[in-house]
Amino acid sequence: VTLSEGARAGTGRELGMLDSLLSLGGLVLLRDSVEWEGRSLLKALVKKSALCGEQVHILGCEVSEEEFREGFDSDINNRLVYHDFFRDPLNWSKTEEALPGGPLGALRAICKRTDPGPVTIALDSLSWLLLHLPCTTLCQALHAVSHQDSCPGDSSPVGKVSVLGLLHEELHGPGPVGALSSLAQTEVTLGGTKGQASAHILCRRPRQRPTDQTQWFSILPDFSLDLQEGPSVESQPCSDPHIPPVDPTTHLTFNLHLSKKEREARDSLILPFQFSSEKQQALLRPRPGQATSHIFYEPDAYDDLDQEDPDDDLDI
Amino acid sequence: MFVELNNLLNTTPDRAEQGKLTLLCDAKTDGSFLVHHFLSFYLKANCKVCFVALFQSFSHYNIVGQKLGVNLTVARERGQLVFLEGLKSAVDVFFQTQEEPHPLQFLREANAGNLKPLFEFVREALKPVDGGEARWTYPVLLVDDLSVLLSLGVGAVAVLDFIHYCRATVCWELKGNMVILVHDSGDVEDEENNILLNGVSHQSHLILRAEGLATGFCRDVHGQLRILWRRPSQPTAQRDQSLTYQYKIQDKSVSFFAKGMSPAVL
Repeated sequence: VTLSEGARAGTGRELGMLDSLLSLGGLVLLRDSVEWEGRSLLKALVKKSALCGEQVHILGCEVSEEEFREGFDSDINNRLVYHDFFRDPLNWSKTEEALPGGPLGALRAICKRTDPGPVTIALDSLSWLLLHLPCTTLCQALHAVSHQDSCPGDSSPVGKVSVLGLLHEELHGPGPVGALSSLAQTEVTLGGTKGQASAHILCRRPRQRPTDQTQWFSILPDFSLDLQEGPSVESQPCSDPHIPPVDPTTHLTFNLHLSKKEREARDSLILPFQFSSEKQQALLRPRPGQATSHIFYEPDAYDDLDQEDPDDDLDI
Repeated sequence: MFVELNNLLNTTPDRAEQGKLTLLCDAKTDGSFLVHHFLSFYLKANCKVCFVALFQSFSHYNIVGQKLGVNLTVARERGQLVFLEGLKSAVDVFFQTQEEPHPLQFLREANAGNLKPLFEFVREALKPVDGGEARWTYPVLLVDDLSVLLSLGVGAVAVLDFIHYCRATVCWELKGNMVILVHDSGDVEDEENNILLNGVSHQSHLILRAEGLATGFCRDVHGQLRILWRRPSQPTAQRDQSLTYQYKIQDKSVSFFAKGMSPAVL
């Protein structure tokens, strides 16, 4: 039994959260960073959708079609429809090959489809769209797409639409990221420790409390997901119960302990600036037999004893 | 080229990978030694090199190149090297009458639009010459450095679009390589530079980051180099792809060693 199999046999409901990301529908936000890239996870989720028989559309803005399809076998590749916005997204070559309407036009065209099956749309990447389109336009389009199946009054039953958006967190400010986050039903933030990737999944189901969970995983060369327990336990230091804790106050050249008498003497000591009632009485009581004090002064040879007081003319 | 760096990157001129984007970035130190390394590396690999040099003059790169064993003048004359000397040709934008837009045309525009003329210059320089046998192995685009474009008023998204188009043409279509230098000012307030740096980082296959030491200047250790491999064609189960070394720059070479293992210290 491999580690991943044993883990799956365990708390099945929790570990399946990464597996069941797509079943919820709506917008799934994959937040990655330079160190922990998310395209492999995006491809793994795309593969999963394709294997479930869904139709998968990919809006490819960042990598070429060849690179995206690499690693998938042919039956998966047959189900993927790649809309190429990589080669000439801004129409610099001025040819007629450019897809009309840009990426958003393509997105709306996918949703106007006539066949009722479930559809997964992968946006690679949402960051590219956010840098080139106004945030409001993008959010409105995403809202329209991901809530399509819940609009009433439509004669033809439209299947569930899942949108997977790859977002590079460092490229955007908190405003746009927050807006996209509020639109998303599920947010997956990629991270990890040395050598082991993790996904922090925040899931917002309607009429339920949001749930979050951290799932350790790795992606196999054929882009299937391998769920894992976590980083190896041996790396964490554990305290041995058989070794008694060491007392640092032994073997010192000075004494840190107080005897009972010393402790009592210390406790009964009155601090010099503490104003107690005894001190108050002592100050108020006139001191017995106090004569006026004398100053005895022996003048030096160099002293100038001028009897005239320089302050004499002051009229105070 | 620095042989020790080749060893760290596990590559040599005759068996380098193609279709890759390498990002060089420097923070609190001067990372230009990496630019000189890659320039001489790809010239020795017999590649057709287009060098968009916005930071220094041609003679500067030539002098350093000679120490590393390549002659830029000869390379330019025989057509292996196409050199855009930003400092000199920026003046031509104003004084030269031209029919087609100059690569640095954005300098004339009030609000700098896009870098399409610069991209077209690169594409023209690196397109394979049909007829005659292929003299060069594969094309390479080298840019030193991209942060200068931000200082000249081009927006970060426009620069990212330029890199995108270069990547589509040079890396994907022509199966060549790109090496780009971006400065990391370390300033959190400099949003445009951060967007540019992160945007290019996400597109790169290899990131070499030269950093000054946190403790300040040192005579024997000039800085620290972090190597990060990204975007492998096959996702690997073990994601252990980051290395850190310290280095010392000498007259004709750079020596690398593990952290704390400088020969001066041992």
